[in-house]
Amino acid sequence: MAITTVACPLPGTFYRRPAPDQPPFKGEGDAVSVGDTLGLVEVMKSFTPVTAEIAGTIKQFHVEDEDAVMAGQPLLDIET
Amino acid sequence: MAIKVVKPGLATAVQDLGRPGYYDVGIPLSGAMDRFAVRCANLLVGNDEAAAALECVFMGPELLFTADALVAVTGAELPPKVDGVPQAGWTSFAIKAGQTLAFDFLKRGARAYLAVAGGIDVPLVLGSRSTYALGALGGFEGRALKAGDELALGAPAGAGVPGRTVPEGLRRGAIPTTTLRVVPGLYHHRITQGSADAFFRDTWKVAPEADRIGYRFRGGQPLTFVERTPPFGAGSDPSNIVDSCYPYGSIQVPGGTEPIVLHRDAVSGGGYFMLGTVISADMDFIGQLQPHSKIQFVPVTMAEALAARRERQATLEAVRGLLGPG
Repeated sequence: MAITTVACPLPGTFYRRPAPDQPPFKGEGDAVSVGDTLGLVEVMKSFTPVTAEIAGTIKQFHVEDEDAVMAGQPLLDIET
Repeated sequence: MAIKVVKPGLATAVQDLGRPGYYDVGIPLSGAMDRFAVRCANLLVGNDEAAAALECVFMGPELLFTADALVAVTGAELPPKVDGVPQAGWTSFAIKAGQTLAFDFLKRGARAYLAVAGGIDVPLVLGSRSTYALGALGGFEGRALKAGDELALGAPAGAGVPGRTVPEGLRRGAIPTTTLRVVPGLYHHRITQGSADAFFRDTWKVAPEADRIGYRFRGGQPLTFVERTPPFGAGSDPSNIVDSCYPYGSIQVPGGTEPIVLHRDAVSGGGYFMLGTVISADMDFIGQLQPHSKIQFVPVTMAEALAARRERQATLEAVRGLLGPG
């Protein structure tokens, strides 16, 4: 059991869901595969997806939906 | 071709000092958001200050060099790595053919400038190699870089060597500002004195949608306008005016709620009142502001604005003295 922390690639606003009326991409305890979208970062009118680079289970999110985020900030932990 | 784009970053684009002279026909200045930083990057690698470089915003690209090159990264602290080995910012370093230049997470600031000896060789359009992406003009095919693009370089002047550096005290703008100086004017009379006082007292935060066209701020109190009968040609919204030219750096506040400072890719005119203009010496600083950073607008006189411009020029002269062709 190893924990991998996913860091935010760029500053902006973090979204856990594809649209306000949609369910979150992933929740704690969900399984993830490589390439799965974990969230979006909005900056300069564009949305950059944050994708999983490893497969595992989401242990914990460190940020809330619509939080201001910095580049390099821990977003969530994946347990592999 | 000397550089292959493996990953483009967020909106990496070719920029030089800009394309002045066509604002009257709606073609903006374009060019680097932080022109001091791009001048320094070019000087470090022995280029003319006006050579074309890459502006990398918030997230760096990954570039495969297919020819030996001398490069330098200035502006934001976006740590460069050659085949994974960290390199110093504001300092020239060599890259060999076959090596990859990538970047660590952004640590500070917003826009890093990557200059390569010889400059990025794209066609001159109206006297500049700058990218105006909104108008699909200039730069590399009029757009930000994409994976798979291949960039050519000009012939190096031959003066550049690795290990040249801009001393920390001369890295203007490397530490992001918390204030922006403003000369009130133009349509300042449209808001009440109390509202003007609040504008300069409030703390504003950079909105995530701030970009090369305009930097939007939010978080301060909405403006209160002086009552009027709308003049012919102005809309009924109190923030509207009869259409006018928009200066570079002017602050418009559509609807009186969120100020927008027009920057390098701005439109040249329209119907929003402008309460003042950010001084030229501070425009580079805007280019280094991350979303959500806090800013206070500070009113200054024209004399203070001109003094700030001379101070900026003195810093640039000091860098030229150290790195310039002499």
